Order: sequence, then structure tokens, then C-alpha cells
Amino acid sequence: MSEDVQLSQVCMDFGNFRAVNKVDVTIKAGEFFSFLGPSGCGKTTILRLISGFMDPTEGAVKIGGVDMRGIRPNNRPTALIFQNLALFPLMPVWENISFGLEVRGASKEQRRAKAEELLQLVDLHDSADKRISQLSGGQKQRVAIARALAVEPKVMLLDEPLSALDLKLRQHMRAELRAIQKRTGVTFIYITHDQGEALAMSDRVGVMSQGVLQQVAVPNEIYNNPVNGFVASFVGENNVFEGTVTDEKAGKAKFETAFGTFGARLGPNINKKSSARLYVRPEFCELKATAGKDNSIPVKVSEIAFEGNFINVFCEDAKGLTRMVQMQNDPSSPPPKPGTKSHLVFDSARAVVLAETGVDRKA
Amino acid sequence: MTAEKFGRWAMRAYLAIFLIYMLLPLAVMGGAGLNDSRFPSVYPWKGFTDRWFVDLWADERMWGAMLNTGWVALAVVAISVPIGTAAAIMLNSLQSKSRSFLYGFMVAPILTPGAVIGISTLLFWNNFGVSAGLHLSIMGQVSFIAAYVMLLVLARLQSFDPGLEEAALDLGASHGQVMRRILVPHLYPAIAAGALIAFFQSVENFNVTLFTRGNSDTLTVYVGSKIRSGITPTINALALLLIAVTIILAAVYEVLRRRDAARKAALIAPEDA
Amino acid sequence: MQEMLRRYGYGLTFIMSLLVAFWLLAMVVVPNIILLEFSFRPYLPMVDVGGPKDVYSFNNYLTFFTSPIHIEVFFKTVIYSSLVTGICLIITYPLAYILSKVVKPTDAATIFLMLLVPLWVSEILRSFAWFIILGNTGPLNALLLYVGLIEKPVRWIVNYQGVIFGLVYAYILFMLFPIYNAISALDTNQIEASKDLGAGTIRTHWRVVIPHSKPGIASGCVMVFMLSAGSVIVPSTLASTNSRWFTEVIQQWMFEGLDWQVGSAYAFLLLVLCIMFVSIVMRVLNVRLVDIAK
Repeated sequence: MSEDVQLSQVCMDFGNFRAVNKVDVTIKAGEFFSFLGPSGCGKTTILRLISGFMDPTEGAVKIGGVDMRGIRPNNRPTALIFQNLALFPLMPVWENISFGLEVRGASKEQRRAKAEELLQLVDLHDSADKRISQLSGGQKQRVAIARALAVEPKVMLLDEPLSALDLKLRQHMRAELRAIQKRTGVTFIYITHDQGEALAMSDRVGVMSQGVLQQVAVPNEIYNNPVNGFVASFVGENNVFEGTVTDEKAGKAKFETAFGTFGARLGPNINKKSSARLYVRPEFCELKATAGKDNSIPVKVSEIAFEGNFINVFCEDAKGLTRMVQMQNDPSSPPPKPGTKSHLVFDSARAVVLAETGVDRKA
Repeated sequence: MTAEKFGRWAMRAYLAIFLIYMLLPLAVMGGAGLNDSRFPSVYPWKGFTDRWFVDLWADERMWGAMLNTGWVALAVVAISVPIGTAAAIMLNSLQSKSRSFLYGFMVAPILTPGAVIGISTLLFWNNFGVSAGLHLSIMGQVSFIAAYVMLLVLARLQSFDPGLEEAALDLGASHGQVMRRILVPHLYPAIAAGALIAFFQSVENFNVTLFTRGNSDTLTVYVGSKIRSGITPTINALALLLIAVTIILAAVYEVLRRRDAARKAALIAPEDA
Repeated sequence: MQEMLRRYGYGLTFIMSLLVAFWLLAMVVVPNIILLEFSFRPYLPMVDVGGPKDVYSFNNYLTFFTSPIHIEVFFKTVIYSSLVTGICLIITYPLAYILSKVVKPTDAATIFLMLLVPLWVSEILRSFAWFIILGNTGPLNALLLYVGLIEKPVRWIVNYQGVIFGLVYAYILFMLFPIYNAISALDTNQIEASKDLGAGTIRTHWRVVIPHSKPGIASGCVMVFMLSAGSVIVPSTLASTNSRWFTEVIQQWMFEGLDWQVGSAYAFLLLVLCIMFVSIVMRVLNVRLVDIAK
């Protein structure tokens, strides 16, 4: 039904540019795995390496334990869903879906039946004979998924297929994709720059930057325990303080900054005395009328952004930098007015000191 | 009448005069084929006749030339369309430097006088002991007609998403299947238009054919020799027929073009649902 | 090539490369090289070919440069071809503008459909039409006599007059279409912006429309000049007793003199002339080859 995908020490060079650098990860059979990163981080290259449009400069791509080097895309047990979907405009929906069967020599009846069956699976009824140009954006997505599923791939590769949709539809399609993946049990490898997408859908997420896989973990681990500054700041918001680690004991650190010395957890790959940054999420910060004993800086509220279920309060610290506090929407305790002097306080267990780079090699 | 109105009127008048200038000579020439006068002319009008068509029908040399023209044109289409299409596909997947280098060689025959193409073709094949004849006319004509096909197909390739090829490969299609099911259907309108234009360019070609034909006739060479020797209105009768065929094929071409444009419009039409 | 292999595989890439190689080598490059090589060889009886007398020389070119008549014909061909090119440009530029910016697009489409007929009818018939019209007892003289503009028939086909009439008519559409395409691509807002900023009609054309239509003008000029200078049928149909065209000289060497070597030399001179014209146009109008051949 599905196979695992093993990338071992994969490197890809384009001339002098190394797009993918020693990526080493095993994606389990039946897993929904996302590669998350900014554009140009090498995630699309990884997808093309797995699908077979390129072979790695170094290292190996194995699917189900078989080395894929030299095997062309048409002979790999993968199916790719393109960013722009790449539906064939001159074929009706059902021919699109059954194209993979057509090239394998299936009869017209077989192909038609399979197309109808898959259209049921993706919830598109009575569309078999429509032309691609008659479909809406969401319907095109479904046809693309059905077309990829028709060849019964062991591994499905998705290249930001939701990026062209509007917000509502995108959220709906996330749930849909996840459901289809569970129903079919196929290994899904998903590429995105949208952290919300990656965290909401995936079993595990691999965060990439500049060709390097920074961290591989389950979504809440990525968010709550980022391994370095890049992961922390790419996924979610942070209040960041620069400074130096002055003391270290049992994973707890004393961190000296221009705003005073704070207590925080100590992230991986950090030595005492090394300069680093302290990260604390806005939802773990509070505004208090009086200064706290530890981990407290004086601020002045500058702006309130009401987002619905939560409220972002932007403040200015003594150095004029903007800090952010996120609070739940609660009509009985409204946010402070702009101009209010206050204190930003956070729990040392919720703050973490991280090096800017440094990779989690455990994955 | 304001200056602007006068300007618009003057422009329309100019356009009308130009259209008359372009079309009237053809009407005069064709009309002379129906005039019962020994010399090809529409004035003085000596009454309607079909005798020039009868003469033309009886002219065996004309029939031979027409047959030759047809064979040559079909051969030119059969050779130049695959070559032009392959050249366009090749250019389209080349990088900028080698691309413009090859492009230069490919369009050069369009900018070369027909006499030069004819003579160089003649000399080239003579080197291999192939003597002049219609087979050389075919070679010479293909050398520049393939370039026209290439330009048409290249323009069409601009609107092709290479992602479709990858999608088909990824779904398990072989390279041949990608070509047959994905790329060629997309190029079909340009290939059809290219074939039609190739046919026409071949039929009307004179310069290249003149230098390569040996002793064989094509329609244009036949007309040319008739004009030089004694002129009778049979040439006008032939011209009238050729104009009629041109009108029909031009209409076919236009229908093809419009259907293609409509299809393109449908592909980018706003999405319903 | 890498990309081609990746996209189309070895088999198809091989077939396509073979087709293109056959075209470019056997039909374009090598024939022209052989033309050049041949133009340096002497005209010899069969038995002497390849013998000690078969050596390269400039003699064939000297034949041209020592013949005042041929030189004169060459330069007249250049001058009158340039004249034809200029006339076509002047007539068609306003037309191209009117068709692309004044007339409704649907009307323009109809007009172009009508123009396809003279474009696709063989040039031999196009010049034959003018042979009839310009005849001493032809319709043009008849009309002018009838209107009273002239009192006795005018001889139209004197000197190069008939040839010029014929060449302009035969090739004018090769000027109109590229300029029309170029002006069509110009955003009408730019013309309106120029007028809105206070520029008059002439300045608007000089500063906005003409610079934009340069690739089209270049393409039209190159095509019309090449077709005119290389025309065989128009000069022979509409020739007067003292209008000779360079292609006729080439024909004489090839068919009457059967001296293909000198014929090649003359053909090569014609080719050089056209190459020079193309490079002058590219230099003067500052356009690339890609703009000319579209």
C-alpha cells in the first residue's frame, strides 16, 4: 500500500550552488510528512529528487529500500501533484484522471470505471466529462489528487498544491487532504512554506533552511521545542532578546541582556559564554501593572490588534523595540489602552536560549 | 467638419484606396480570363467567354505542371513540417546562448534570396552526382519553408506549460507518449497552419524552383514561360482559378486560426462554479 | 541539450536532432559553403575538372569587377530596390497605424482576410496583373483617357518604372504586416499619454509610435529589400528595353553561359549584398535578429 522513503546524506548541486546539503531523514510508510521552509530553501529540489526529475549529486534516495538512482520518474512508485496542478487542458476530467492507466495500456472501460471511482473518492460527482477550464480552483485540486491516486502510487508528493486557493477553501482542503491520506494509507510528502498548513496536517514536519534540514519532529515539538533560532522564528512569533549565557545548570541558563539577566531553558548546541538569543512566544508573555521578580521588562502599550479569538498587544520597550503579547479574547478583561505603562513578564520555563544555527542530528 | 472628423475620414479613405489598389489588379487579371479578346485585357470588353478555360483544359503541358506542383508541394509539407516542428521544440529547450546561435542559422534561409538558395542547392547535390530536377526543388524549398514552420510552432510553444510534460512522465508515460498525447495535441493548430503555409509557399515559389527544376515544369514556371512567349488569356483563366483556390484555402486558414483563438480564450476564461 | 534529453528522452532527442542537423547542414550551411567554394573555381571542360587547371582564383569575381555593365546593373538593382523599400515603408506606415489603432479590431480582421489573397497569390501573377494594367492599351490608360487626364496613351513600362510598379505591388504586404504587428503591441494608453502631455501628432509618432515599431520596420525593410533585389520574375515581366536586373545577369551565366562558377560568384555577391543590408538595418535601427525574423 505504501512505502517508506529514505534520504541518506543527499546533496544536490547546481553549478557552484548547493541547493540541498546532506539531508538525512527517513519518512515512514503511511506517514504524512511535510517539508517546511521559505522559498529557495531547497524543499522543491528534494521533491524533484524523490520523484526522479533529478538524481542527487551525492547520497541516495531509497523508496521501500530500493535505491532509485537512474530510475526515471515514469518508473518510480511516486506520483507528484504540481504547484500549478499541471492538469492537461485538452483532455476532459476523466481522461486526465485515467491518463496514468492509459499509458499503461488499460482498456477504455477500465479507465472510465477507475476515473468514476476516484471521482467518488475525492467527492466530485458528475464531472467526468467536464473540461478542465470548467472547473473551479477547488475542483481542479481534487482532479489533480484523483489523477495522482489513479496510478496507485506508494508515495504521493505534493508541491504546495493549495497555495493558489483562497483562505477558506485552503483550510477546507487541508482537512480533505488529511482525510484522503488516512483513507488511502499512502505515504504523503508535502512541501509548503505555510507553517499553519504543515503543523495542522502532518504527522511529522521537517523544517528546512538554505538546503539544510534544521529539525525533524512532530508538529508540537517543532513549535514548543525548536532546536535553533531559525526554526523558532520561522515557525510562529517570538519576542527575541540578544545576550550571553552567563551561567548554566541542569538545562537552565542565566542569560544576560541589555534589559537585565533572565532565566530560561537552555537549547541544544550552546556553550556557556557563547552569544545567543532568548526566544519567548507572545502567548507566554503577560502584561502586569507591577514589575515581576524575575524576567520582567518595563514597556509602554503602543497598539492593539484585535484578531477575533485572540488579541495581539504591541508594546515598546525601553530601547524602542516592539514587543508582542498575545492574550485570549475575554470581554470581561479588555486589553490595556495604548499609552498605558506596563510590565512584560514571562515564565523562565517557557523561554528558551537558542543558537542561531546548529542542526538537530537525532532525526 | 472638424479637423478630427476630417482626419478620420481621410484615414478611412486612404485605407479604402489601398484595399482597391491591392485587390483591383487581381480582379482585372482574373476578369481578363473571361473576356472574349485575343489579348489579355478587360478593356475593351468584348463579351463573356469560357473559351480560355477550354483552351487551358486542353493544354497538356499545364496539366503536367499542375501535377508536378502538387507533388512538390505535398513533399515539401511532408518534409518541412517535421523539420520545422523538431527545430522549434529543440530551440525551446535550449539555453539562451546556443539558442540564439541556432536561431540565427534557422532564420537565415528566410532572409536569403531565392536565387541564391536555388543555386547553392543545385551545386550541393551536384557534388553528390544528383542532377537538377524537381527533387532538388523540394530540397531548396524546404530549406526556407521549414523556417516558417519553425517560427509558427515556436510561437505556439510559448503558451505551453512544460509542467504538463513532467506531470505525464510522473504518471508513467514514456517520452513517446508524452510527445503524442501532450505536446503534439497542444501544437496541433500551429502544425496545421504551418502545413498550409508550407503548401502555399511551395505552390507559389518561383525563384528556387527556376534554378533547381532541370527540365521539369511547375505551374509558376509554366506561367512564367507563357508570359515570356506569346501571351494568351489562358494564363488569365489559370490565374482566376488560382485566385479562387487561394480564397478557399485562405478561408480554411482563417477558420483554423479563429478556432484556435477561441480555444485559447476558453482556456483562460474566468472559472465558473 | 541536457534539458532536451530530460524532457524527451534519448530516442526522440536523437530523431529531432537528426532532422534539424539534416536541415541546417545539408540544406543551409554546407550548400552555401559549396556556393562560395565553387565561385573560386574556373569553368572548365569536363576532362579538365580536378586536373592541374582546376585551381582557385578570383577570376570569377574579376569578371564582375571588370565589367562596367554588370557593375552598373548591380548598383541599379541596389538603388531601385532601396527605392522600392522606401516607397513601401512610406505607404504602409500610416496604414499599419490606422489598422492597429484607428479601425475597429473586427474590421481590421476582415481587411486582413481580404489581404491574404494578394499575399498568397504567386508573385508571378501579381506582376502579370500589372503587365496587363500598364499595357499601352491597358485599363489604366483607358481610364485616364476616359477621365481626360491624358490625351494619348502613356508608355508606363519605360526604364525601371514598370519594374518599380510591380515590385511595390508584389512585396508591399511584407512591409505592412510586421509594422502592423509592432504597432499593435504598443499600448494605446501610451499614445494617449503622449497627446495628453501636449505632444502633437507628429511628435507623438516620432517619439512614441515609431520607436516602438522599429522591429517591425526593420523586418519589413529587410524582407522587401531582399525580395526585390532577389526578384527574378517581376523584372523580367515588367522590363523595358533598358531595365536590367542583377538576377537576370545571374540567370544568363547559369542558363545561357552554362558557367555555374561565375554564376555562383554573382549569386554570392547578391547574398553578400543582402547580408550587408540586414546588418546595416540592424545597426541603424538598433534591433536584434530575433526582432527581424518573427
